[in-house]
Amino acid sequence: MALQAAGRKGVQSQLLSTCLRAYSTAAAERTSFGGLQDKDRIFTNIYGRHDPFIKGAEKRGDWYRTKDIVQKGSDWIVDQMKKSGLRGRGGAGFPSGLKWSFMPKVSDGRPSYLVVNGDESEPGTCKDREIMRHEPHKLVEGCLIAGVGMRARAGYIYIRGEFVNERKAVMRAIDEAYAKGYLGKNACGSGYDFDLNVHWGAGAYICGEETALIESLEGKQGKPRLKPPFPANVGLYGCPTTVTNVETVAVSPTILRRGPEWFSSFGRKNNHGTKLFAISGHVNRPVTVEEEMSIPLRELIERHAGGVRGGWDNLLAIIPGGSSVPLLPRSQCDDVLMDFDALKERQSGLGTAAVMVMDKSTDPIEAIARLSYFYKHESCGQCTPCREGTGWLYDIMTRMKKGDARLEEIDMLWEITKQIEGHTICALGDAAAWPVQGLIRHFRPLMEQRIEQASEELERIAA
Amino acid sequence: MRRAVQSLARFSALVAHQSAASSTSAAAVQAAACVGSRRWFATNSHDIFNTHRHEAHNNWDTEFDFTDANYEKVAEIISRYPTNYKASALIPLLDLAQQQNEGWLSLAAMNRVAKILDMAEIRVYEVATFYTMFNRSKIGKYHVMVCGTTPCMLQGAKGIYKALKDHLGIDYGQTTPDGMFTLGEMECMGACVNAPMIAVADYTKGVEGFSYHYYEDLTPQDVISIVDTLKKGGKPKAGSQHRSKAEPAGAVVDGKWVPSKPGADGMTLTGEPPGPYCRNLDEPAPEQAAAPK
Repeated sequence: MALQAAGRKGVQSQLLSTCLRAYSTAAAERTSFGGLQDKDRIFTNIYGRHDPFIKGAEKRGDWYRTKDIVQKGSDWIVDQMKKSGLRGRGGAGFPSGLKWSFMPKVSDGRPSYLVVNGDESEPGTCKDREIMRHEPHKLVEGCLIAGVGMRARAGYIYIRGEFVNERKAVMRAIDEAYAKGYLGKNACGSGYDFDLNVHWGAGAYICGEETALIESLEGKQGKPRLKPPFPANVGLYGCPTTVTNVETVAVSPTILRRGPEWFSSFGRKNNHGTKLFAISGHVNRPVTVEEEMSIPLRELIERHAGGVRGGWDNLLAIIPGGSSVPLLPRSQCDDVLMDFDALKERQSGLGTAAVMVMDKSTDPIEAIARLSYFYKHESCGQCTPCREGTGWLYDIMTRMKKGDARLEEIDMLWEITKQIEGHTICALGDAAAWPVQGLIRHFRPLMEQRIEQASEELERIAA
Repeated sequence: MRRAVQSLARFSALVAHQSAASSTSAAAVQAAACVGSRRWFATNSHDIFNTHRHEAHNNWDTEFDFTDANYEKVAEIISRYPTNYKASALIPLLDLAQQQNEGWLSLAAMNRVAKILDMAEIRVYEVATFYTMFNRSKIGKYHVMVCGTTPCMLQGAKGIYKALKDHLGIDYGQTTPDGMFTLGEMECMGACVNAPMIAVADYTKGVEGFSYHYYEDLTPQDVISIVDTLKKGGKPKAGSQHRSKAEPAGAVVDGKWVPSKPGADGMTLTGEPPGPYCRNLDEPAPEQAAAPK
């Protein structure tokens, strides 16, 4: 009885202290983000101002004490990655440490593979390109560390076919790493064997989907596989595989060297860290820049991209995370924060953090129609809703551009997007549907107005 | 109009199938297909048909083999993959064959790759028709590809297309009469911050001299001078035409480069980057974030 009471008392005091701690952290929680300083930037050579290869990279701190990190072991690496709060930088935002931990701890005889996704083709996104050509050693070192973390013996970096020069840079970095003994047998003198190779595609957006990428790496058409089984069980060559984005891999060595607490000191809860933002479109200075997560969208654009062309009032809409996420009209852009959760609340998404800015000279219907053409072109043709639906979307959007449609067709268009969304093997169907949904959600009056104008014009001609 | 183009395309496909189509009518179909009605075609490259059609220079009897130097490359590529999964080398080998074969894959080239990798030929055709970077009919020495996806479109890709079209006298999917340039449209090539952009694949110098450069931050004048330099055998400046890389420096506005200097807080990474740093990996982590010296 006394023991129980003591136990209860213990629980109570624990609860109390948890509450207190929660209260105290809440009080200390940061509410403003942004203004990352140079000393806290992971990618210190993103503009290629310094030597991207081994000499320059070592001078900037790559490959520094990698041996010690590798010798800390897989569990330590995964645990530290979990603590850092890093979420995958490829668009879905899945916690990286957790993903790495899905790999089998004890091999059943099959080897495990690390596959790095450098098939950067999402419209608006051009961050991995800068890593591959200017910071290739961060990527290569990250591959070793991620490989150790998931107990893989070999890794492939899949680079899109158009990135010929970027591929050459990564290949050179791998050769240099092998020459230095950082890769291969007894990598970095740690006793761990790890081999790394480059593979490349030939122009297919769909190969950015992890299972399509594995298919493509096996020398087939890039058509996504049904899941389950997930790649962590049956992936490349039927072996356990983890596919992870270039940026996720490339930031991991720095996180481990500087500590997960350092990384998680940036950004809001559950959205920690720094992130490469690519700002394109109607801004005065389009730029790729590393910033703190949760930076307000407006501050990001005004500080780094020189503001919207013609001033903030000239803004029409922003696509905040690559072509696959719905656009945000100006009214929502004023105060939204750039992180996974804040953008999800606004029915959009952070995606790859590729910010596309459109000023008032843009025809949003045309901009989205062009994206519909993109998805029509890139659909792999495997699932009927996507293969046929993307074509229909493009057809209707082409007519919407001119107003050559009936008012009820806007609802029909919405219905088609709902029929595509969620009914396909991979997320390309969803990605094709969302931009159109975003357009209808926020610009329906414009679409209606255009249809009415066009029909009035027809009547005038007929009269 | 749409229906007319469609029936023309269908009719010509039939004619072409019997290998009776003259090169001019084939070109007309390609032009019609690429310009008027890209709705009906799966690709915006110059290969508009996914079927193979026998032609004098591309049939069962034409031959293709890698050169000795390229066979070494083939062996090196195959060595990157597990020995029982040679098929993985398919895309890199087709890429190599295309570079050696002046920018396109003949039936013989695809069959040769199938033989090297012990694969059924159809598995190679499947892949060659799936990926847009593989050309299965003859193209010009320089394959000029304009990115037309939304980020480039916002920054004036249409002006780039128009300048190229007027200057070269060809439309998407066509080749200049002298066989120098083939014009094509591509989907997002991943250089959106430096929009608008084109990519040029140079097939004049075989595998050794093959290059695939991006030309970024383009104005219509830039793109004309780039193709003119290529025509003269020169080397235009690759990458951005107006700034170094993707740093904040300005933008293309209405077909002109407008420089714009960032203020003090918009300038990043101007100083010397910090040197190597690593925390003490064995100590429990401190509460506060550690900063490098």
